[in-house]
Amino acid sequence: MSEVSIDAKNAEGTEQPNSSNRRKFLTVATSVVGGLGFAAATVPFIGSWQPSAKAKAAGADVEVDISGVQPGQLIRVMWRSKPVWVVRRTPELLASLGAHEDQLKDPNSEAEQQPAFAQNQYRSLKDEYLVLVGICTHLGCSPQHLTEGAFSEYAEGVAEGFFCPCHGSKFDMAGRVFQNVPAGLNLVVPPYQYVDDTTIIIGSEAEA
Amino acid sequence: MKKCLALLLLVPSLVFAAGSSVPLDKANFDLTDKASLQNGARIFMNYCLGCHQMQYQRYQRTFTDLGIPDELGQEYLQFTGEKVSDYITSAMPAEAAATWFGAPPPDLTLVARVRGADWLYTYLRTFYVDETKTFGVNNKVFPNVGMPHVLQGLQGTPRETYEEKMVDGELTPVYVGIKTDGDGQLNAEEYDQAILDLVNFLEYSGEPGRLKLESIGKYALIFVCIFFVFAYLLKKDYWRDVKK
Amino acid sequence: MNAFLGWIEQRIPMMRVANMHALQYPAPKNMNFWYVFGFLATIVLVNQIVTGIWLTMNFEPSAERAFASVEYIMREVPYGDVIRYMHSTGASAFFIVVYMHMFRGMIYGSYQKPRELLWVFGMLIYLALMAEAFMGYVLPWGQMSYWGAQVIVSLFSAIPVIGPDLVVWIQGDYVISGATLNRFFALHVIALPLVIVILVFLHIIALHEVGSNNPDGVAIKHKKGSLPESEKTQYKIHEYYTDKYDIADDVVPFFPHIVLKDLVAFSIFLFGFIYVMFFAPEMGGKFLEHPNFEIANPLKTPEHIFPVWYFTPFYAVLKAVPDKLLGVLTMFGAIAALFILPWLDRCKVRSWRYRSGLHKANLIVFAIVFVFLGYLGGTPQENWKIIASQVATIMYFGFFVLLFLYSKNEATKPVPARIPK
Repeated sequence: MSEVSIDAKNAEGTEQPNSSNRRKFLTVATSVVGGLGFAAATVPFIGSWQPSAKAKAAGADVEVDISGVQPGQLIRVMWRSKPVWVVRRTPELLASLGAHEDQLKDPNSEAEQQPAFAQNQYRSLKDEYLVLVGICTHLGCSPQHLTEGAFSEYAEGVAEGFFCPCHGSKFDMAGRVFQNVPAGLNLVVPPYQYVDDTTIIIGSEAEA
Repeated sequence: MKKCLALLLLVPSLVFAAGSSVPLDKANFDLTDKASLQNGARIFMNYCLGCHQMQYQRYQRTFTDLGIPDELGQEYLQFTGEKVSDYITSAMPAEAAATWFGAPPPDLTLVARVRGADWLYTYLRTFYVDETKTFGVNNKVFPNVGMPHVLQGLQGTPRETYEEKMVDGELTPVYVGIKTDGDGQLNAEEYDQAILDLVNFLEYSGEPGRLKLESIGKYALIFVCIFFVFAYLLKKDYWRDVKK
Repeated sequence: MNAFLGWIEQRIPMMRVANMHALQYPAPKNMNFWYVFGFLATIVLVNQIVTGIWLTMNFEPSAERAFASVEYIMREVPYGDVIRYMHSTGASAFFIVVYMHMFRGMIYGSYQKPRELLWVFGMLIYLALMAEAFMGYVLPWGQMSYWGAQVIVSLFSAIPVIGPDLVVWIQGDYVISGATLNRFFALHVIALPLVIVILVFLHIIALHEVGSNNPDGVAIKHKKGSLPESEKTQYKIHEYYTDKYDIADDVVPFFPHIVLKDLVAFSIFLFGFIYVMFFAPEMGGKFLEHPNFEIANPLKTPEHIFPVWYFTPFYAVLKAVPDKLLGVLTMFGAIAALFILPWLDRCKVRSWRYRSGLHKANLIVFAIVFVFLGYLGGTPQENWKIIASQVATIMYFGFFVLLFLYSKNEATKPVPARIPK
C-alpha cells in the first residue's frame, strides 16, 4: 500500500503529464484508506502479545492462610508467577528496625514501591506481618533471608535481613534497601488485604 | 418361518443403524439469547458435567460471555469448589469412566463443532426405552449409544412410537417419533426448549468468540468496500490513458 | 537525502532492482483478470508466513498438548481466533489462487517456449505447497489430522522392498505419533517455507527474464531496431529491457498500472477472504473438517476420511485404481504429467484464442474433470463413484495424451504480430 503513496513522485516520470486533481485526490484517498487498513490489520498481531486468559488466571489474587506462621518464620507464596514473602516479625525485630535507618537509602519509603497503606516504618498493614515481593529491585534475582546474625556479616549491627546473592544488594526486615549497594529502591510491597485475622488476599487492596 | 420373522424384526434396526434414516431436526439456536445460554449452562452444569468435561473452557470466561456475575456463577453453577478462573473439568476419573461406559465420556467443549447443532438437538430428544441395552435406553441418531438418558427426569419415560401406514400396499409400522409417558418435570414443548438452550450453550462453547468475530468481520467488510471504490476509481483513472 | 540514497545505491542496488523488477517492468497492457492470481498468491504467502509466526508463539508441538494449545489459541490468546482463522482460511485461499494461476498458464500457453522453466519452478512451488499444507494440517492433532497423516504416510508403504521401513522412518515411530508431529512441525514452520520462498524468488526472476505472457500470447519484446520510434512504448521502461529489445507500445509499466489493477483484484479477493474468515471459517466442513475438532484418537477411525478439498482430485485418482502400488503411481503420475506439460504441447501458438476448437474443448473438459475428481475424492464412497472416478481419471490423462497427439499439426488461426486493438 505504501507504494501508492510514492506515486505522486513518480507519476511525472512514468506518465503523460496530465496528473489531474482528481488523480491526486484518488491517490491520496487510496493511500490513506489503504494505510488505515494496514494499521487495522496490525491490531490483532500487536494485541495478541497481551497476557492471555491463562496468564491472567495465574495472575489472579492469591489467598494465603497465615494462621500457621510462627514468630520469625518466613513463608513463600506465588503471585503472578513471582515469589511473595510473608514474614511474621517478632516484637524484638520490630523494635530494632529504627536502629539502622541511617544506613538506608530510603528509610521513609518515599519512592512508590508500596501501596499507600504501607508507607510507614514497618511497611505493612499490620506491624507483625511483612508482605513483600521477593524480587530484588536491581536486576530481578530473589534475595536470601539471612537470620540470627548471619546478616551482620554484610551490615554491621543488623542481625537479620535480605541479601541478594547476584550483586550483593541488601535489604532490612521491612524490605528497605541499604546504602552502597546496586539496588536503588526498596523491595516492592504488593497490594494485599486481610479478609480476617488469619487470611490475607494478595493482589488487591481493601476498598477505602 | 420364525427365522424370517426374526429377520424382519431386525430390518428396522439395521436401517436405523446407518444413522441417516432419522432426519435431523433443525436447531434454531440463537447465540445472542443470553437467557437461553444461561439456562443451557445451568442444564449442562447440573446434568452433563458429572461425566463430561469442558476442559478447554474456563468458568470465568463463560460467566462473562453469558452475562453472569462471578459471584452468582460460583454460587449456582460451580459445585465442587473450584476457583472461578478454573477450567470446567469433571471430577470423574477417566479410567474408571472408561470401564463404566465402555469408553471415556468425550469432552464436550467442541462437540457442537464435531456433530453440528442439529445432530445434538435431535440426539438429545430421541432417547427411547430399550430394555435390551445396558442403560435401558437406546437412541435414534446414535444407535447403541453407551450413555444413560440423564435427562429422563426432565423428559419423562420416552418411548418409540409407530403408526401403521400403507407402504407398497402393505400395512407397515412406521416410526413417527418419541412420546413420553408424561412422567417428566417438563412437557414436550418445555423439554424441546430446554434441549435447544443446552444446544445453544454447546454451540457457544464450541466457538466462544463467534459473536465478536462477526462484529469485527462486519467492519472489515465495510472497510474493504470503501477501499475497493477508491482503488477502482484510481485504477480507472490511470488506465484511461492506455491506448486500447 | 538524495546524497544518502545515492550512498546506499552505490553499495546495494535497491532502487535499481525496484525499478527493474517492479516500477519499470514492462507488462502487456492486455493482461486480464486471469493475471491477478500471481499477485494474490504472493499476498497469501505473506499472510501465511506472518500468521504462522504468530501461531507458533502459542502452539505446542507435542501429542499431549497440540490439540489443547490450538484451543488455547482460539479461546485465551487475545485475537488468537482471528489469527488462527487467517491462517486456516489462507491455506485454502492459497490453493484457490494457485489453481486459478495454473489454469491461466494452461489456457494462454504460458508454459510454452521460452517459459518452460518458469512453469517447472511454478510446479515445484505447487509441490512444496502441497507438502506444506499436508504437514500443517497434521499439527492441530485432531482426528482428521491423525488419520489423514496415517493414510498419506501409508502411501509410501506401496514402494516395493523399502516401503514399510520408509514409513517407519518418516513416522519416527511404528505409528503416527508425537515424534511425527514434532518433525512435521519443524518442516512446516521452517524448512518448507524457506524452500517455498526461495522457489517463489526463482519463479519471479525467471518470469522477468523471459517476460510476462498475455492473453494473446504475443511477444511484446521485439528485436532491437525492428520497431519504428512511433511504435515503441511511451512509458518509462527500465534500460535492462530497452537496451536489449525494442519494447512495443503494447505495454504498461508494472507500477502504477498493474499494481493498481492488482489492488482492485486484491480488494475483491479480500472481501471473500474476510467473509469466510469471520463468518464461515469451517466453510461447511471443507476448510476445517468437522472430525478435526475431536482430539486424535489412535483407536477410533472417523467414519469417512477425506483429505482437505485441495487434495481431493488426486485422492480420487488414488482411489480409482484398485491396486495399491499402481494407485500411488497413478496419483503421482497425475502431478508429473503437469510437470512435463511444456514438452507435451508441441504447438507453436500459445493462447487458446488462436488455437483449434479441439484444444479449447480439451482444456474445458480438463477443468471440469478436475473439479469432478475433486468432488469424487471429497465425498463418501458409493458404487457409482468407483466407475465415475475411473472414467474421470482416464479423461484426466486423456487431456495430456490428446494434447500431445493433436498439437503437432494443429489447425491454428493466424497470430497477430502485435497485441490487437
